[in-house]
Amino acid sequence: MTVTGAILRRELGNYFATPVAYVFIVIFLVLSGAFTFYLGGLYERGQADLQPFFTFHPWLYLFLIPALSMRLWSEERKSGTIELLMTLPVSVGAAVIGKFLAAWTFTGIALALTFPVWLTINYLGHADNPVIALSYFGSFLMAGAYLAVGACVSAFTRNQVIAFVFSFVICLVFVLAGFPMVMDIFQGWAPPALINAVGRMSFLSHFESITKGVIDLRDAIFFLSFIGCWLMANVIAVETGKSD
Amino acid sequence: MTSAGAQSRAAVEVASLGKDFGAFSAVKDISFAVRRGEVLGFLGPNGAGKSTTMKMIAGFLAPTRGQVWVGGYDIDRRPLEAKRCLGYLPEGAPAYADMSVSAFLTFIARMRGYRRRERRSRVAAAVEKANLGSVAYKPIETLSKGFKRRVGLAQAILHDPPILVMDEPTDGLDPNQKHEVRTLIREMARDKAILISTHILEEVDAICDRAIIIAHGRLKFDGTPQQLLCMSSLHNAVRLRFAGNVPADAAARLLDLHGVGRVNQSDEADQLMVLPNNATAIVKQVAQLARAETWQLQELVVESGQLDEVFRRITGPAEAAQRGEPA
Ligand SMILES: Nc1ncnc2c1ncn2[C@@H]1O[C@H](COP(=O)(O)OP(=O)(O)O)[C@@H](O)[C@H]1O
Ligand SMILES: [Mg+2]
Repeated sequence: MTVTGAILRRELGNYFATPVAYVFIVIFLVLSGAFTFYLGGLYERGQADLQPFFTFHPWLYLFLIPALSMRLWSEERKSGTIELLMTLPVSVGAAVIGKFLAAWTFTGIALALTFPVWLTINYLGHADNPVIALSYFGSFLMAGAYLAVGACVSAFTRNQVIAFVFSFVICLVFVLAGFPMVMDIFQGWAPPALINAVGRMSFLSHFESITKGVIDLRDAIFFLSFIGCWLMANVIAVETGKSD
Repeated sequence: MTSAGAQSRAAVEVASLGKDFGAFSAVKDISFAVRRGEVLGFLGPNGAGKSTTMKMIAGFLAPTRGQVWVGGYDIDRRPLEAKRCLGYLPEGAPAYADMSVSAFLTFIARMRGYRRRERRSRVAAAVEKANLGSVAYKPIETLSKGFKRRVGLAQAILHDPPILVMDEPTDGLDPNQKHEVRTLIREMARDKAILISTHILEEVDAICDRAIIIAHGRLKFDGTPQQLLCMSSLHNAVRLRFAGNVPADAAARLLDLHGVGRVNQSDEADQLMVLPNNATAIVKQVAQLARAETWQLQELVVESGQLDEVFRRITGPAEAAQRGEPA
């Protein structure tokens, strides 16, 4: 898939060509460090694990990832380059995947740059490195889920701010699915099967079970199929929305 | 199967094409073809539906009705094959503004599937053809309009496509830049099928072998620029400039001639415009009369016609279009 690769390269290069990448990475590192060491009390716990570090990821992603994904498609629509892109020999699906993979690669890089936290914990004591590796993997998968939502939403509008706000709200719903705040919306009218399904969509519960070191393939499958569904919606959104 | 189809069709074929935006019908039942070696001018006033038609040809918009074949491939069913044959310059020449010219063209070359070495030579060739050498490493957003347009051109011709579709390639350029772009298009015309839209009439004369005119989404004319000129009421008209004032009986004598429809007094006192019936040649009769009457003439000019007059008539309100149509 050379076209997917070409789009991936261009988008990734675009992140680093503008201050976006550096601002994102610095804020991500500072916040995750601050949360972990101060709010999470990493030192005080006396345990050599990264539980506090990962606990904050769903909340950090909530506003950082929509900031990464908001321009993916809305910018193309606003500047008219979508007409250029979509008249090159590329299928919408390949373009959607290329853009998504670029943003996902970028979050992977940001995540990898948190390695000093991991070094610190290993320095402090005997760390449970397999669990940490699994948690990183889980965090990466979850970031993909946020990104898939954000990329899809950005295809619906030419306005990046609108894309940001809607991505934030939709991701918030999926973070809190299973909590009363979201469940109450469905309580009373929705069939129990739907309520049950919504409850199972929670990013938090799937992510938590991964970070606890429980290897359950269903959590990974959840995130991957979640990503797949949103990317399909993304394809439809690009196809229907490109003309206006 | 498809290769057989590719052989038998013109480079671009448009059949009964239509596009609705909600209740509004922007393009209504348009059919035409562009053949190899031909530059087809696509004319029409603003809002006529030129860009909408080109977007459907390029596979960006899905038609509401009708079909498009590019390089023999149905753009709807075989979009990738069709797009490989096509170089397309969208209206306004959009490009990724934050990239440098060379990075942008490299991206396009990657999208076209060229590997490293060929990619370099393709980009270099496109930069040279579009005369972008001096700005190759500048971000596109910092370029002037003329350069941006040329970046769009370079992008469209990078893979040396057999078919080029360009939406207003010279819009907003200064006369020198226009000339350059036209020269480039003419150079490429020999072995390609080229469709360019424009609302500049001189362009048709300058580069097109054939022209089609649309207005309000409908096809109004399909023919050569020469045929278009023939539709002008001024075609074959004779302009007379007298030394001194126009003789008092000149207009009446001219009207008596066979084939003369009207005689107009122009703004200048020393000139008459003699208009033929049905665009027939009347210069001979007029010249004979002038000699017989021993009029003192400074000028006797046969007009070839005015494109803008024809254009206005064809694309204007319906009742005006009836007047002076050749039989
Ligand atoms: N996406 C769209 N939605 C609604 N109307 C449109 C859209 N694109 C074009 N139009 C309308 O279709 C008509 C033809 O537009 P266009 O093809 O751009 O004309 P031209 O290129 O000949 O100037 C115009 O009246 C325009 O307002
Ligand atoms: Mg237009």
